[in-house]
Amino acid sequence: MQYPVALQLHNFISAPSSPEPNTPLPENTPKVIKITNCRVLKDHKIVEKDAIWIQDGKIIDPHKFFWYQKRLPDVVLDAEGLLVAPGFIEAQINGAFGVDFSVPSDQETYERGLTKVSRGLLKYGTTSYCPTIVSSSAAVYHQVLPLLKPRPGSSVLGASILGAHVEGPFINEARVGAHELKALQASAKNGFQDFKSVYGFEGDTPEAQRKLSKENLHSVKIITCAPELNGVMESIPDLVKAGITVSVGHSMANTLQAEEAVMQGATFITHLFNAMPQFHHRDPGVIGLLGSRLDLPRPYYGLICDGIHVHPNSVKIAYDSHPEGVILVTDAMSAMGLSPGNYQLGNMDVTKKKDHVVIEGTNTLAGSVITLDACMRNFIQFTSCSLIEALEAVTLHPAVLLGIQDSKGVIKPGADADLVFLSDDLYVKRVFVAGQEVDLGAIDV
Amino acid sequence: MRLVIRQDYDAVSYHVAKYVKERIKEFAPTANNPFVLGLPTGSSPVGVYRNLVKFHQAGELSFKHIVTFNMDEYVGLPRDHPESYHSFMWKHLFKHVDILPENVHILDGNAKDLDLECHRFEEKIDAVGGIELFLGGIGPDGHIAFNEPGSSLNSRTRVKTLAYETIVANARFFDNDITKVPNLALTVGVGTVMDAREICVIITGAHKALALAKCIEEGVNHMWTVSVIQLHPRGMVVCDEDATLELHVKTVNYFKSIEKVHEQLIGSDNVGLQGGVRSWGGVGATTYHQ
Repeated sequence: MQYPVALQLHNFISAPSSPEPNTPLPENTPKVIKITNCRVLKDHKIVEKDAIWIQDGKIIDPHKFFWYQKRLPDVVLDAEGLLVAPGFIEAQINGAFGVDFSVPSDQETYERGLTKVSRGLLKYGTTSYCPTIVSSSAAVYHQVLPLLKPRPGSSVLGASILGAHVEGPFINEARVGAHELKALQASAKNGFQDFKSVYGFEGDTPEAQRKLSKENLHSVKIITCAPELNGVMESIPDLVKAGITVSVGHSMANTLQAEEAVMQGATFITHLFNAMPQFHHRDPGVIGLLGSRLDLPRPYYGLICDGIHVHPNSVKIAYDSHPEGVILVTDAMSAMGLSPGNYQLGNMDVTKKKDHVVIEGTNTLAGSVITLDACMRNFIQFTSCSLIEALEAVTLHPAVLLGIQDSKGVIKPGADADLVFLSDDLYVKRVFVAGQEVDLGAIDV
Repeated sequence: MRLVIRQDYDAVSYHVAKYVKERIKEFAPTANNPFVLGLPTGSSPVGVYRNLVKFHQAGELSFKHIVTFNMDEYVGLPRDHPESYHSFMWKHLFKHVDILPENVHILDGNAKDLDLECHRFEEKIDAVGGIELFLGGIGPDGHIAFNEPGSSLNSRTRVKTLAYETIVANARFFDNDITKVPNLALTVGVGTVMDAREICVIITGAHKALALAKCIEEGVNHMWTVSVIQLHPRGMVVCDEDATLELHVKTVNYFKSIEKVHEQLIGSDNVGLQGGVRSWGGVGATTYHQ
């Protein structure tokens, strides 16, 4: 048998030598926090009796820390056996705690509202979100979108903002849902240009456009549109190149058109089943994407999992057909998080009950008021999926959809230290944002 | 030499871990007088580490005043590689206990000057006053650490080329691809291990039976380097029933009877941790344990 000596020799020469031990640390080296006694969701598994190490707002590799920095952690916290998952990511939320993102106001008032929601969402485990704007006039977008630039979260200011989800206005009036008809755009005759002018993207020069796709300076993270509208389908590649996640929703597209949209770069379906034609066995429409056999992977799909917007059996059917694609969303409106009672929100009088909201004096739903952690609990109940799948539907999947899975939605070295500690029955007990623990009791919204 | 025979791998692991715990407790280490432990890697000590971690988590064992020296490390494997011995020790022991990073010593297989690194390692051992207890495993070829057959029985820490049998045995950790296994390693010498005040070798499994027989029933021989334990004043081998398969019945019976004598006739309270008898109550003495 050949003796395998020569093969490895080159490795010895090129392997890096270790750093000098015991070099003193600079004065302001950030503190290292070790959270022990956790059950951690890591790499699609739940690891028992594990620990999480945090430095400077990020999760670090304790292995490197031990061997290279040769220090013990500065702070050791005990998770007391709780399940620790990445902080939840919300892809569709219109407002909460009396705040409506689609209602413009002066900058100070708007930002106060944003902070109120950002803080309040922490109670439900959401540490990153996309404020959603319903179909509005160009003027509203121009005023509101600059205030929704992505920004990091903190334990004081609340969840991080990932950028806006603009739901419309290039959607089909036949599936307008709760949006205002007059705010819709019937078509995008000038393609990408129309998108840019409606939303007010900065820069019309080719140089500014190049900058847009490289740095994604504008605030739009997700666009929901109807690909069957004139001019929308051909705009999809430009939108994707500009770093935007394109989602099919509020649409009458047949399956062929929906599949074409996916081929052009759409990667999400906005609240599957809602604001689209019902499933028809000979033309399944947008819902038919769950049965597509394209060269590209099937898109992710949002599910409002309050048991009301989508029947539990429908949730299970969707999950069974495409379990890797599920993303739970709340699509919550401004009454979410308020205690039960009557409220005037915008130009609507509503009555908020415990977990749903109706137009005052009627039984007509006025939107969703479910919270994301409740969505997750419902989802397990409706589908009998595993704990890991339910958690990934609100963490890993939305992170991958938005291309941020190196920093959000995962617990691994280099990721932001946004953590949620859950009891066995999946209620939020403790929350960390950017490595700092949130005082949940101090949040009053 | 003491040969302690236990039923199976788990029983062996528990015995060794408990022994280590009791030795440390008896020593009562402090910051100025730490307990210096020599540690192995491989499948033999995994159970021991698991039990030590359990003792630590139950509050029965602190690693704050323990200094450790590992036996060996591959050359050229990055420290972060999942199969490096740094990774092994982190995963199985250090990440779960309160040992101070500066008290942990593992040879650096990526040092610019490997010979100097080996020399420095020996100096570090001397600097803390020598190793109190060296735990070890055994290879199927009877080697201790990476002191392959043919190693000088007086050797010190140095670079060694791994034997073919060792590379094959380790391939299971490298996707069963022997071309991926490093073929050089830094290892403590046989002499280095013998300098420890006590040695405890863990030998489990039928595939180690021949090596155990060669090492304790035949002569001291550089082809079976663990055999050097015969010359140590405080050597101990802890093995399971499967590992005794190549031993003479007489050998096994003798060592089992020693323990029985200690337990039944003298009483385990009278027997020190290292087998020393404190007092003799006479034949049929008062302390009789089942």
